[in-house]
Amino acid sequence: MLETKDILETINMIDNENLDVRTITMGISLIDCIDSDIDKACDKIYDKICLYAKDLVKTGEDITREYGIPIIHKRISVTPISIVAGVCQTQKILKFAKTLDRAADTLGVNFIGGYSALVEKGFAAGDYALIESIPEALSVTERVCSSVNIGSTKAGINMDAVRMMGKAVVDAAKLTEDQNCIGAAKLVTFCNAVQDNPFMAGAFHGVGEADCVINVGVSGPGVVRAALEKANCGNITEVADLVKKTAFKITRMGQLVAQQASQRLSVPFGIVDLSLAPTPAVGDSVAHILEEMGLEICGCHGTTAALALLNDAVRSSRR
Amino acid sequence: MKAVITVLGKDNVGILSKVSTVCAESGANIIEVTQSVLQDMFAMIMLAEIDNTNVPFDELTKKMDRLGEENNLKIHVMHEDIFNSMHKI
Repeated sequence: MLETKDILETINMIDNENLDVRTITMGISLIDCIDSDIDKACDKIYDKICLYAKDLVKTGEDITREYGIPIIHKRISVTPISIVAGVCQTQKILKFAKTLDRAADTLGVNFIGGYSALVEKGFAAGDYALIESIPEALSVTERVCSSVNIGSTKAGINMDAVRMMGKAVVDAAKLTEDQNCIGAAKLVTFCNAVQDNPFMAGAFHGVGEADCVINVGVSGPGVVRAALEKANCGNITEVADLVKKTAFKITRMGQLVAQQASQRLSVPFGIVDLSLAPTPAVGDSVAHILEEMGLEICGCHGTTAALALLNDAVRSSRR
Repeated sequence: MKAVITVLGKDNVGILSKVSTVCAESGANIIEVTQSVLQDMFAMIMLAEIDNTNVPFDELTKKMDRLGEENNLKIHVMHEDIFNSMHKI
């Protein structure tokens, strides 16, 4: 039997504490679209994305209506384009970006991620050309997001890539000067990039992933902060316990939405990612959570410990 | 499938009747009702069976939204699974 207090708690989380499903992201592999003829490759990419994701936006909206949970974004991530573009002996790599943009526009998703390269240990064919084309690609397209992995704990940092990315960020911002430098906002430079990240702008569909998969990102800094505020915890063990419980509830909600989306789209369910990334809404920030834990002001003594505690609680509730 | 209908707002004459009328018109069978009035704030939670409704789910939601706007109430219609998954293991 459902309890009144649980029902009201959920409604309050959604109405007042900015709980929402930030994104349903469909990951689509483009490995089978590789072709040495760039025009053929682009046609295959467009057709595959449009076929697989044709019901993505509608399904997201249906779930929102039925379950009463806001799903803010519906998005797509694809195999890093540098891998697909590697076999095309052409400098017209921008065509891939335009194809992705066209597909996103047709489907009504607001971002498509995967104009990416993974160069943490060195450059492969296609990586140079892709990185050099990023600023222009982001300025001539509206919905394409780009990311480059330039380092990992295991391989170290590719310093040549760092230099190239520094330039790419500045150029991307300059080329979109008239649009608040949006180009740089659509570009992520990673270390230890995750292969199944649902969040933009850094989402791409890793090469070890299935052909098509649904990943869901949930956002809840406001909920965690409000829970801490209400509970008025006495010691650090209680704080850790409460953060874990709250993170668990949010993740379960994400899991339900992900399972529904995966069933309705007949696509396997990948992961639920609980993000504590803030939204522009007041009170929806990580710094506020840390201060609610007892820090006088974020940045003072104990900030790292509080952040570690929060990270640990969130990680253990991810799946 | 069951829906949880929650009504929150200032207490007034006939809230229960208005909400249950919309349910009846739509063919939603109310299984359980619990309500409380704290000072002048009204909170009601209904559990309704909506397998045999004569309107689609989102139409029922829209009707409730309209009713909520007209009477200055906050009405949510949500699938019960959302509460089960968040609060039960």
